[in-house]
Amino acid sequence: MRSVILEGRGDFIEWRDAARRLLSHGIEPNDVMWSDAAGASDMLGLSIPDASEAANGSHAVTATERFIDLAETVICHSSPARFGLLYRILSRMQSDKSLLNVASDEDVAAVLKLEKSVRRDSHKMKAFVRFKEVVHQEARARRQFVAWFEPDHFIVERVAPFFQRRFTDMDWIIATPRGSMMWDGQNLVTSREPAEKSTASDTTDDLWRTYYASIFNPARLKLKAMRAEMPKKYWKNLPEAVLIPELVGNAERSVMEMRQRQPTMPPLFHDRLQEATTLRISGDHETPVPGSLEDLGSEARRCTRCPLHCNATQTVFGEGPADARVMFVGEQPGDQEDLAGRPFVGPAGKVFDNALAEVGIDRRNVYVTNAVKHFKYVPRGKRRIHQKPNAGEIEACKWWLRQEIDLVKPQLVVALGATALASLTGRQGRLTDVRGVLMPLDGTRSLLATVHPSYLLRLPDLERQHLEIKRFHADLRLVAEAQGA
Amino acid sequence: MNIMKKSLKHRLAILSDAAKYDASCASSGTVKRDSSRSGGLGSTEGAGICHAYAPDGRCISLLKILLTNFCIFDCAYCINRSSSNVERARFTVEEVVWLTLEFYRRNYIEGLFLSSGIIRSSDNTMEQMVRVARELRTTHGFRGYIHLKTIPDASPHLIEEAGLYADRLSINIELPTDSGIARFAPDKRPGEIRKSMADLRLKIEAANEPTLQTKRRKRFVPAGQSTQMIVGADGASDATILRASSRLYGGYQLRRVYYSAFSPIPDASKNLPLIRPPLEREHRLYQADWLYRFYGFDIEEITSARPDGMLDLDMDPKLAWALAHRERFPVDINRSAREILLRIPGLGTKTVKAILSGRRHRRLRLEDLQRLGVSLKKVKAFIVADGWSPHRLIDSADLNHMFQRKPEQLALL
Repeated sequence: MRSVILEGRGDFIEWRDAARRLLSHGIEPNDVMWSDAAGASDMLGLSIPDASEAANGSHAVTATERFIDLAETVICHSSPARFGLLYRILSRMQSDKSLLNVASDEDVAAVLKLEKSVRRDSHKMKAFVRFKEVVHQEARARRQFVAWFEPDHFIVERVAPFFQRRFTDMDWIIATPRGSMMWDGQNLVTSREPAEKSTASDTTDDLWRTYYASIFNPARLKLKAMRAEMPKKYWKNLPEAVLIPELVGNAERSVMEMRQRQPTMPPLFHDRLQEATTLRISGDHETPVPGSLEDLGSEARRCTRCPLHCNATQTVFGEGPADARVMFVGEQPGDQEDLAGRPFVGPAGKVFDNALAEVGIDRRNVYVTNAVKHFKYVPRGKRRIHQKPNAGEIEACKWWLRQEIDLVKPQLVVALGATALASLTGRQGRLTDVRGVLMPLDGTRSLLATVHPSYLLRLPDLERQHLEIKRFHADLRLVAEAQGA
Repeated sequence: MNIMKKSLKHRLAILSDAAKYDASCASSGTVKRDSSRSGGLGSTEGAGICHAYAPDGRCISLLKILLTNFCIFDCAYCINRSSSNVERARFTVEEVVWLTLEFYRRNYIEGLFLSSGIIRSSDNTMEQMVRVARELRTTHGFRGYIHLKTIPDASPHLIEEAGLYADRLSINIELPTDSGIARFAPDKRPGEIRKSMADLRLKIEAANEPTLQTKRRKRFVPAGQSTQMIVGADGASDATILRASSRLYGGYQLRRVYYSAFSPIPDASKNLPLIRPPLEREHRLYQADWLYRFYGFDIEEITSARPDGMLDLDMDPKLAWALAHRERFPVDINRSAREILLRIPGLGTKTVKAILSGRRHRRLRLEDLQRLGVSLKKVKAFIVADGWSPHRLIDSADLNHMFQRKPEQLALL
């Protein structure tokens, strides 16, 4: 049996050197007795390590990056068992590199538990340190603060850089029974010596207690949840914790009082506000000329003719000149159109724009709208999946499309896809039967039907897609000709 | 008026009391930054930090206050509605900045969550909130966390400026249905709220596009947007609430939807229900929300167990789903795919990850699960492991009974 005595105040190097030396001599984990300086006095009678073994032996010792990271953390734990546990794992890892991947292994589970507890302790230190300002008689360039904290483990060196990164523009000392840290704007100094508790006080603590008491909601007492995250052992160094018994004790009464109070009459300014608001709403908006396209659009923004408005962001009304000769009618706005409030701005819109450019149509000269003005979809995780509008929704929205046509009076209406065709003609015919042929619409204008640009995006076969894009362009050339005529 | 004569402490009490019904207090999910090279004060390092916990079990991470609790709106569920007789107060911009910095220096907080009642106009209110953030960031070099509540119809340029300083922006949707909002928050327009969220999403995405000149992306609302829904003020079922959330997640890429069980407020409006929803309901909604976002469950799957669309208060929604779908169990933890493992009651995402990683090296037994911190009592009936099969346990009629909770002492009210 060999005995190794380490200082054991969170120093990874002393353990690493000892572990490497032992393992390089092939010493079995069961043959080593590890202890720290504090526990060593109890172990009189055990052998001191052999001086002749100061040098490394012949076995090569390797460790993975994950192990080093883990060991650096676990070595900060205050449990005397940590040295031996780490040594056993290191020893096992010489033949089983992936050991740490088996989180349910007895040793691994035990070491991960230690790791978690050091991390938690570090996290709680970042959370529960409370600085108190040291006020000096004479003026100083930098303000000075002190704090006292009682960590469970040797984490001072681990956590010090965090406080430096955060509290750069002030001087501070954080003292603990397991060492202290100090920052003066130039150097971060840590020590492993136990420190004394400071008696500083700070008047701002009083404001903080005011905040703590006021942000607490007495109607939802959950003491267990509080204690799970802020265990009682921390309370003695938290300025706000002195309030806890009183807050808890009065909670029931203050909620009862709140409930028993009779409803009161609104204060005077409420009535004045109500009047002012009514005036503001009626006089605030510039009302568009009645019967204009703009007027129709703002009316459509409040449309509730079908339930789609509840789930969509906004009505996506048509856009383009009020006297356009050509009107394009798509199916319904998609995800991007719904967000932006404009038709044909998403991926299908890009295809549409490219096609217009290809055949020489300026989008600014045509009117672009949809058969259905609200986006219909089902949510799937972070995305919204487009749903075809049903006959009822198309019918309800036809009201708007009809009025757009009546106001714009286009000579040619282009139906992009079957939904638009159905809305315009009232027939559920096949698109392929009428595609690319000029047909009469309402006696005074023509109708041309072609595919919806999103159809082109859905074609999986590149060659087929290329062909279909050509056909789409050919259809749009008819539009360009009609527009030019 | 003698408002300004109230002491800072008194106003802090009023304006934090007025802010406490907003559940959000997160300080996580933003970029890493610190003051070590730039000077100044503060840092954010990804994970949020809760600096204290109140006896209501809620974490205190941010200084959560209102700039003022004067409000021209009259939302029935809100303590600050114009018809309430609650004591009113306001902070100056300088006071909020001072409080934030002094609280931060003492390590009480991670940063500021500033909200406000609406005074005069939306733009006027928003402008003052932006001023607070600008002062903190530019004058004082503050690198801590800032969360601003935005006012739905504030001008786009104010939202844009807010986004340059704030880590997170949020607008509360308040209630899951448009009709609920019309009834309880008559001054708010749900369409406007959705439009604001859509605008913000587009702005965040635009800022994330690398420009031609530089690969560096503009820093704009790095912790994204969130919202809050009040549970139990209107008659909406859990299914209605969760469907609304799924639309918010899908449509506007919200980082979080917070659920806040409607809580009795001082000087409550008489239009509100007298019954307080159990706090457990809020907890179940969060669990369901997690199942939707991280466990591959559909909202309809989670909420279809009961005809009224409510979640079972007595057991978590995953267990409820599993008990209603016993034909899918037992699941072999040594063979089944990740999606299937995620559906086992009692296994979280981390445990599933550990199982997947561990089973590549050895066959897992019940003891392995126990060492991973899993409650065997809960999972036993649903799994097959090396050396363990539940036999007929899964079919036994009293399986539900096994999971019934013991009656607890009733909470307040």
